[in-house]
Amino acid sequence: MALAVDFAVQGGQMLLVIVLAPFLTGILQKMKARLLRRQGPSVLQHYRDLLKLMRKDVVLAENASWLFRAVPYVIFAATWVAAALIPTFATGLLFSWTADLIAIVALLGTARFFLALAGMDVGTSFGGIGSSREVMIASLAEPAMIMIVFSLALLAGSTQLSTIAQFMVSPAVGLRVSLGLAFIALTMVGLAENARIPVDNPATHLELTMVHEAMVLEYSGRHLALIELAASLKLLLYFSLIACIFLPWGTAPPHAQWQAYGIGLAAYAAKIALGAIVLAVFETATAKMRVFRVPTFLGAALMLGLLGALLLFVSRGL
Amino acid sequence: MPGGVHILILQCCVLSLLTTAVAAIPFGRRPVGTALIYGASAVISAIGCATATIALFANQSEALQLPLGLPWIGANFRLDALSSLFLVIVNLGATGASVYAMGHGRDEHAPQRVLPFFAAFLAGMNLVVLSDDAFTFLLSWEFMSLTSWALVMAHHRQSDTAHAGYVYLLMASFGTFALLLAYGVLAGAAGNYGFEAMRMQHPAAITSAVVLVLVLIGAGSKAGLVPLHVWLPLAHPAAPSHVSALMSGVMTKVAIYAFIRIVFDLLGPPLWWWGIVVLALGGITSLMGVLYALFENDIKRVLAYSTIENIGFIFVGLGLALAFRADHFESAAVLALTAALFHAFNHSIFKSLLFFGSGAVLSATGERNMDKLGGLIHRMPLTAFACLAGCIAIAALPPSNGFASEWLTFQAVLLSPELPQWGLKLLVPAVGALLALSVALAAACFVRVFGITFLGRARTPAAADAHETDGYSLFVMLSLATTCLIAGIVPGFFIDAIAPVVQGIFAHHMPHQSAVAWLSIVPITKDRSSYNGLLIFLFLAVSAGLSACVLRLLSSNRVRRVPIWDGGFPDPTPLMQYSAESFAQPIRRIFGTLLFRAREHIDMPSPGDMRPARLDVKLVDVIWDTIYAPLARAVSLITKRLNILQFLTIRRYLSLVFSALVVLLLVVAIWR
Amino acid sequence: MHGLAFDVAHLLAGSLVLVSFMMLYQDRLYALLNVFALHAVVLSLSVGWQAYIQSAPHLYVTAVIALVFKAGIIPFALHRMIVRLGIHREIETVASIGPIMLAGIGLVALSMAVMLRITPHADLVAREDLAFALSVLLLGLLIMVTRRNAVGQVVGFMSMENGLVLAATGAKGMPLVVEISVAFSVLIAFIVIGIFLFRIRERFDTVDMGALDRFQGDRQ
Repeated sequence: MALAVDFAVQGGQMLLVIVLAPFLTGILQKMKARLLRRQGPSVLQHYRDLLKLMRKDVVLAENASWLFRAVPYVIFAATWVAAALIPTFATGLLFSWTADLIAIVALLGTARFFLALAGMDVGTSFGGIGSSREVMIASLAEPAMIMIVFSLALLAGSTQLSTIAQFMVSPAVGLRVSLGLAFIALTMVGLAENARIPVDNPATHLELTMVHEAMVLEYSGRHLALIELAASLKLLLYFSLIACIFLPWGTAPPHAQWQAYGIGLAAYAAKIALGAIVLAVFETATAKMRVFRVPTFLGAALMLGLLGALLLFVSRGL
Repeated sequence: MPGGVHILILQCCVLSLLTTAVAAIPFGRRPVGTALIYGASAVISAIGCATATIALFANQSEALQLPLGLPWIGANFRLDALSSLFLVIVNLGATGASVYAMGHGRDEHAPQRVLPFFAAFLAGMNLVVLSDDAFTFLLSWEFMSLTSWALVMAHHRQSDTAHAGYVYLLMASFGTFALLLAYGVLAGAAGNYGFEAMRMQHPAAITSAVVLVLVLIGAGSKAGLVPLHVWLPLAHPAAPSHVSALMSGVMTKVAIYAFIRIVFDLLGPPLWWWGIVVLALGGITSLMGVLYALFENDIKRVLAYSTIENIGFIFVGLGLALAFRADHFESAAVLALTAALFHAFNHSIFKSLLFFGSGAVLSATGERNMDKLGGLIHRMPLTAFACLAGCIAIAALPPSNGFASEWLTFQAVLLSPELPQWGLKLLVPAVGALLALSVALAAACFVRVFGITFLGRARTPAAADAHETDGYSLFVMLSLATTCLIAGIVPGFFIDAIAPVVQGIFAHHMPHQSAVAWLSIVPITKDRSSYNGLLIFLFLAVSAGLSACVLRLLSSNRVRRVPIWDGGFPDPTPLMQYSAESFAQPIRRIFGTLLFRAREHIDMPSPGDMRPARLDVKLVDVIWDTIYAPLARAVSLITKRLNILQFLTIRRYLSLVFSALVVLLLVVAIWR
Repeated sequence: MHGLAFDVAHLLAGSLVLVSFMMLYQDRLYALLNVFALHAVVLSLSVGWQAYIQSAPHLYVTAVIALVFKAGIIPFALHRMIVRLGIHREIETVASIGPIMLAGIGLVALSMAVMLRITPHADLVAREDLAFALSVLLLGLLIMVTRRNAVGQVVGFMSMENGLVLAATGAKGMPLVVEISVAFSVLIAFIVIGIFLFRIRERFDTVDMGALDRFQGDRQ
């Protein structure tokens, strides 16, 4: 009985992230439009876009290979599995021990690897530019993420996200310097990985300003729907990660009552809404950086992560 | 325990390989000789691999002494858990290379230059791992080096092979000399060359330090530690593809075996600062290797530099094991050593796979330069699939085996704040950052290799006319790809197989992984960290399948093929797509400007001028220019000065002999 | 472990180190001055918090002095000086930002290693605060070393002094007279440097230190 309940809760989380991801993107678009004094599309527009894309034909280039057709499924699977393993409204879910934070970061790396390969598959210069910039960003964002994971793991004594989340709620944590550094670094890495301003513009199709959009330029139909859903899912994943680690209050402990799950859901919704507001304001207020200033930006994130880990190696109290 | 059937079988295998090598001399020129010799090597290596696996699980130490070699100790051989593990690695790689060569070796122009030395090379590697005294070890090590040198020089008519062979011979001799000195210091004044005797001695701290440095030079140069790596990217590509796979995937592991045997086994309890030296060297090697790999266009060179990166990774694990052992953190030392050994095994598998793939591409197109390839996924789909599996494994992505060993190494790094020494406290996070950086750059490198070579459109007619390789090569490559997947999905079994080795060295081993629920791996305790490759793989497969089914129900199934859209600007030639250098340009700008003095110079003609624009990229091999070029100049200068000795008059020669005699007599007089 | 109060003190000290890092890579003079003002604000917050947890009211005066002088008057004066010197449009190419940041991290590691090793018997919290203060000092020196513009070097010098103030307030019981005398000496140094800057500008038409090397001694 308890196993069935746990299974239901884990399955509920996996469905929740898929259902919520396009809603999050919709809210972001609406808020950014409102801040620019436009009406903006409805918050459900992204769902309608995905359905529309699914109904369209797939238009493939003549020399697109089997890899090109398989990649959207792989990207979606990797991002969905990673997003489903991050505690949203409850920690200690049934399968949370199968992958720790390092494995989740590596799953996102898998998705990115295949996306970069897909960009190179058709053999155009647009795909090449997207892929080469994407691996440049990844070569700095991923080490920064690993150093953040190190700082968190050294603080909490574990790389399991549920353990880290429970540690953050406990009174042992305090306001640490390394936590502050990790928070700033995680925000910077999140902006870079999700192709948000100031690193990349998610709303453009000009080749000089795009990284993610360049790699998916040749995709259409249901493949494009999967990739867009995976991108929204990744944004929700990063929001959940920041919420789970740095705003851990309200999350239901493992094997809790239904009320606790309800509170956890409400807390989660509030955290995501807060994150969406902050991101929308930030994106509207900042301009995109030149592509070769992105390494400086991410290098700063890597240095912050390294500094946080170094401080924890040197003294456990920091 | 003397005697034992496994060591006898392995010695018979070595003897059969040597016989095969001798038999290859007359048979090599005949057309059936290739298949016979490689087939024989494959069978013998398979028997050796199976025997070594059984010996690894049996975990009994067997010894054998033959009345060859030095008269007062003979030739000693021993098969313990460490040797068994490395014999499995050697013979598995040898079997793969032999079966691959049965298909690939048909294209060889001069098989009589390759066949005898191939079997002898395999025999030499097996002998090194089996040796139990210094003399046998050094003899086998030199034999291994010389046979591989002969294999490197097999294509001696190609322009850069002679240079590669020369540098290789120099560095190999230098390495053997360092190992000779190391064994001399270890044997001590009593001259005990047997490993048993060396184990019993407890050398002073300064002696151990000297031996560590000499072993790092000797074994490290064979493995490819920076700055002794310069021969690797010259020699590994010059050899035939199956030999490159053996040299990169297997011979480097033999060097790692030598390091582990001397430093962990023969040298006694380590000191804390040994960890610092090995960690620093490993971290620098890792980063420099992958950066060099990103700036090369020759596929085999990229793979050779990537080997250097992975060797750095392994040495970081070994350094952590030394540091933990010196501070008596047994469980952490065990984890670090297991991670290093697991990565050694994984690397031999996926590096062989990638070299076989590059050999297939070379024989299909005649090109090693990535900039002349492209679109091969359409012409060679199975090779492309196998190489994709290899690239996923080497980029350390789940659920492959590369990720499993990288995960274990990171878990070991996370245990290191317990180390009390300040040098280690400051070095380990820096090395952790270097490792993370090199893993991310390795992923970028292999996106580049796979994307430029196999994806896109063909850049030259040679690439457009490629054909799929033969059945033997495909069989070996797909088997290796399957092994990568299995080792990634159930790493627990492999960790348990490595446990006897670690037990033999540290008298302690990791918790039993096969007993963990759902086949996860739990390196320390369950609430600290765990990883389940099988479930992750199942989740990925189920999610992908589920999304495919749902889309099949909900969405349109029609697919139309149209010309490339490309933003409305169709490229006039396939050369307009990204080339290998352009793909690496952002990374070159970030990392290459300082470390490689990378400079780009654009020569843009003024409007109206019809000549083409020109982009010059200049990269400097900093290590060669700072260490080796001045060394070569100094040696050249000294030899020029000393050349006068060739042209003295007879009286001068006589006075030289006379003064030498007088000096020696003086020394004898003063000493007494 | 230790309470929230000391955590906040650590957090503010760490923020000061972070703002010093931000000063390292600024290449426009106005931005550098703004970051320096932020540095002084964080310093005054930190000193004010120390005054609160140590119950030492004279440290409030120090905090107010830091706020008024270093976050207000000095940046304003430097601002006007820059406009009068006419160098407000110059971009200082901070060469190869990567190695400079790595050097900064190395300096933080070094100050941690030094402070935590040579004071093994003192209170852990005080030692860590001192380590942060030493980092700010060393980073201020690094800023002075990597800048070619004289105004940038002055800012580096001022941030060094901020580090000294942080160190002094972290250790319990810094008397007010020390703070006032240190502040006055810095003010005098600042005025002298300002006067010299204007003289240099008059003679050589530039305040770029690299250009001034040409006029050294008998060099042609």
